[in-house]
Amino acid sequence: MVEFTLPKNSKVTSGKTHKAPAGAKNVRNFKVYRYDPDTGANPRLDTYEVDMSTCGPMVLDALLKIKDEMDPTLALRRSCREGICGSCSMNIDGGNTLACLKPVDECKGDVKVYPLPHMPVVKDLVPDLTHVYAQYASIEPWMKTETLPPSSGERLQSPEEREKLDGLWECILCFCCTTSCPSYWWNGDRYLGPAILLQAARWINDSRDEATGERLDNLEDPFRLYRCHTIMNCTNTCPKGLNPAKAIADIKMKMVERAG
Amino acid sequence: MTQAAKPPVRPLSPHLQVYRLPLAAWLSITHRMTGVGLTIGTLLLTWWLASAAYGPDAYETATDFMGSPLGYLMLFGFSVALFYHLCNGIRHLLWDMGKNFTIAQTNAGNAIVLIGTAVLTAVAWFLALV
Repeated sequence: MVEFTLPKNSKVTSGKTHKAPAGAKNVRNFKVYRYDPDTGANPRLDTYEVDMSTCGPMVLDALLKIKDEMDPTLALRRSCREGICGSCSMNIDGGNTLACLKPVDECKGDVKVYPLPHMPVVKDLVPDLTHVYAQYASIEPWMKTETLPPSSGERLQSPEEREKLDGLWECILCFCCTTSCPSYWWNGDRYLGPAILLQAARWINDSRDEATGERLDNLEDPFRLYRCHTIMNCTNTCPKGLNPAKAIADIKMKMVERAG
Repeated sequence: MTQAAKPPVRPLSPHLQVYRLPLAAWLSITHRMTGVGLTIGTLLLTWWLASAAYGPDAYETATDFMGSPLGYLMLFGFSVALFYHLCNGIRHLLWDMGKNFTIAQTNAGNAIVLIGTAVLTAVAWFLALV
């Protein structure tokens, strides 16, 4: 449902300021969304003055410096720090991206850091991904076959068939795209969103998978697939440079093609 | 064993409040708004046509209104909405054919739609007024 404003318990209030150590020369202000489930108070925006002369170049470096040296209560997900695990996805400087791939220098003015948009917040920068994972499970993201595998044991693909998966298999499920999509904001209860539809396309396009028709049947729905209105936020924001909007359009075309 | 306190309802993270929408997203919502505007504008045109069928007096009332500053403003808005919806609609057709999905093509499309709307509106009004 379209709701432009935040619910009462979600309105962001102003928070504390954590000063930079005396003598810091190159200071950047980080405004970070904080929510503490233990108090249940409304979320607030804390300001951290980070001395960039002793900090790595990426937003993740700064957030970890904040957590290590200024405020250990800050909660965020991170793991690989090189853009392959998809854990540190968040809204930085107005766009969704991976904190580990976003240079602080690319942000103008105060660096604003929020959790992924329009998601239930567990704590600080940690959104609850339960629903989107359930949506992922709903497309059955594994190979489904009817025929027996060849005696060699492997189902082979030609280089051309394998090429059809390029731009799809690289997705790391960070959900930057899904949570950038206004259509998902308003209809995320039923619309699968760009990340899950890109994954659906990954299996639909796999020459070894034998459940293509069943997969398309599952998506033939006014909400699950067709809430995509080509707003293009997904493709514009993907930190891996993938194209979920194109993957969704390809599924829509396959629907038309099979209808004949 | 003590009962764990029920956790508070989780807050919803900010969305429109913090998201810096790319131009393509603004053009998308504009497409929908011009669609609504065209529906209303079509009622206006229907009134104009119907008045012509109704008789000279009714037609004069309608043309007088269309010729008033407010009428001109509404007609101008209608024409902008029409040409915008046309240009962006063609872009949607191409998208539905699986074309023009790269970020560079999307940005070029943004510019083409906006320039196309301006040019077509200017030409239409030039032909109408000169």
